[in-house]
Amino acid sequence: MSAVETPIDGSETTDELLTLNFGPHHPATHGVLRLLVTLQAEVVRDIKPIIGYVHTGIEKTAEDKSYWKVIPIVERMDYLAYYFNAMAYIGAVETLVGVEVPKRAQYLRVIHLELNRIASHLIWLGTSALDLGAVSIFLYCLREREMILDLFECSSGARMHTRYFQVGGVIEDIPASFAPKLREFLAIMPKRADEYGAILNSNEIVLARLRGTCPLDAETLLGLGVTGPLLRAAGNPWDLRKAAPYSSYDDFEFKIPVGTVGDNYDRFAVRLAEIYESVRIIEQALDGLPEGPHITEDRKVALPPRHELATSMEALIHHFKLVTEGFRVPPGEVYNAIESPRGELGCYVRSDGSSKPARVHMRDPSFVNLQALAPMSRGSYIADMIATTAMLDPILGGIDR
Amino acid sequence: MPDATGLELIRQELGDAVLDTVFFRDRATLIVDPPGIRGALEQLRAHGYSFMASLHGVDYYPEEPRLGVIYELLDMRRVDRITVKLRVPSDAPSVESVTEDWPTANHQEREVYDMFGVVFDGHPDLRRILMPEDYEGHPQRRDFPIGGEPVIFTRDEAKWLEARQ
Amino acid sequence: MEVKRETLRVQGLNAHQLLRGEELEGANQPAHLEGEDLERYVEERMLTTTLDQAVAWARSNSFFPLAFGLACCAMEQFHAAGPRMDIARFGYEAFRASPRQADLIILAGRVSIKMAPVIRRLYDQMLEPKWAISMGACCSSMGVFNNYALVPADKFMPIDVHVPGCPPRPEALMHGVLKLRKMVQNDPEAGWRERYGAVGTEETLHGA
Repeated sequence: MSAVETPIDGSETTDELLTLNFGPHHPATHGVLRLLVTLQAEVVRDIKPIIGYVHTGIEKTAEDKSYWKVIPIVERMDYLAYYFNAMAYIGAVETLVGVEVPKRAQYLRVIHLELNRIASHLIWLGTSALDLGAVSIFLYCLREREMILDLFECSSGARMHTRYFQVGGVIEDIPASFAPKLREFLAIMPKRADEYGAILNSNEIVLARLRGTCPLDAETLLGLGVTGPLLRAAGNPWDLRKAAPYSSYDDFEFKIPVGTVGDNYDRFAVRLAEIYESVRIIEQALDGLPEGPHITEDRKVALPPRHELATSMEALIHHFKLVTEGFRVPPGEVYNAIESPRGELGCYVRSDGSSKPARVHMRDPSFVNLQALAPMSRGSYIADMIATTAMLDPILGGIDR
Repeated sequence: MPDATGLELIRQELGDAVLDTVFFRDRATLIVDPPGIRGALEQLRAHGYSFMASLHGVDYYPEEPRLGVIYELLDMRRVDRITVKLRVPSDAPSVESVTEDWPTANHQEREVYDMFGVVFDGHPDLRRILMPEDYEGHPQRRDFPIGGEPVIFTRDEAKWLEARQ
Repeated sequence: MEVKRETLRVQGLNAHQLLRGEELEGANQPAHLEGEDLERYVEERMLTTTLDQAVAWARSNSFFPLAFGLACCAMEQFHAAGPRMDIARFGYEAFRASPRQADLIILAGRVSIKMAPVIRRLYDQMLEPKWAISMGACCSSMGVFNNYALVPADKFMPIDVHVPGCPPRPEALMHGVLKLRKMVQNDPEAGWRERYGAVGTEETLHGA
């Protein structure tokens, strides 16, 4: 299954190169990604990705809104990892403002982030299996994802783009029904992940399409700026949750799945194993959930609780100022990076002292990882290129912003 | 992040290329002269900062030099980050491309070109990446209007049609 | 004596009412029919109308959506096709990859200026009768992002149903699709060119 270099009859190749357009509308491009593929017979010689088909001007829009209003804008960037987008941005703003996040809020954030990680991996698994031809896995993954979205709805009221994370903590404490529902889910999820593993790992077609196809070594990946499961599949155990823990990740014990060869199968196996690790983290966070406030007590940054508005004049004033103008952030520039399901998600915020950010830049992992598609797929067949695109897990919302 | 003294030591090593340093909220930034960016980055790579996490642009309108390009470097062995910043004026916005040394800069420099208009000399394929190829203007500059359309709701349609006449 | 089908549709009548001799509203009143003319008229019309109704019923219950998702709304579209909120209950699970085989395009997500001509070309490739649902706030109106990069879908293609939400729940999308189904069921002339007065605007490749 290695690259095909010479034609079968040993003759000099006189095949012309054909440029094929995998247009923005294609069932296998995981969003509106356009690939200009240069083919020699069926072997891929070069790929040029053309992006921008879902460019939304998120970063520009964010400059126009007050800091807490930017949260829903930025959430819609990488639309499968919405909590992560919010977390990266909020982490940057919290660093600029200098506000402490209470422990309970940190644990709640970890719970939601890891749930979002599982949800993102489930869609990745479902759509990748769909690309490879295993249609039923898609429906199984959606079944689990429905449970996760129910949990999100329980805690924040919305299934996607929940605005649950706010500067200083989370917007609301979890209701009483959240914990039992979460425990139910945690009991089921590992078994379901076992099912997926059992179905896919014993399927000859999946194995033949994934094993040994399109490997890329860790050194090239590092040069290309690739992080996340792609880098871990190539053998480099870099994970920001362990290396530079944020939001109390160092309180939890979990392993980092690492691959050996760096081919498509390793990328698949690493992500599947991450689901188990995320379940472990959530269990530990739920067991150790401390009591306390769910958002910072600093009224200059976080809204006061509603009951205070009836009695305290300062609370009313704070509420008014925060809702109309928003809080002001001292001038400075900060880059804050977290580990999203696709790699290092960074957020650069520049503030000029007013209540609106002067620049918000999201360093999206898929945007940088996409550069690895060409080196990975050179010399492989079209079908392998499709599998590689699936294993790359590109999210066009993040790529195009 | 290198602490404040570490930052000063690095600055001394890099010599003339560094114009200024900033140590803010435990994060180190080197402000570098644009012609010396490639050399500075190579020296930082020798220091251990071998991973370029991000390359992005900023518009410091209305201060000149207006357009900034920011390079975020990461040292994976010591888990250390350092930021390198340079600023170019908007009438001569050209910087040497670092794509040869750091392949990750390919798409990211194209994005900075697209959104801010900073021209990277030596980039293998400098063209617009997010906007359509024939788009005019650099959207993320601060003086570019945010744009948008008035939203016509059905119940107001009569009013709009009238206004158009 | 010729009574135009147009009249029937405009008046919302069917042959039964005409037979009972009820008053018609509006300017387009057919001439008064009697006796044999009426009989023949009713025979012709009744069969055609019932056939039309049957065809409209069949069309409305067998949309072939185009497998087309742009952004976040596409995730909720997946869930609408998923096991809980099962779009297959209504018969719409056959998502086609090729626009030539699809008759319903669900614009799920934000439409950027680079993507708008692509979508228009996809829509033009679909065969009549075809319908479009604009799912989510971003393509119906500008949604959360009213800026330089986006275009509301109504600007470049006719949309039949707008589904609000950011993203709309799968149930909301189903509600929109079922509303479209009702629309198509009640309208015997289903093609959009007749609906929007755009007859003659077909684009052909060979300059014919």
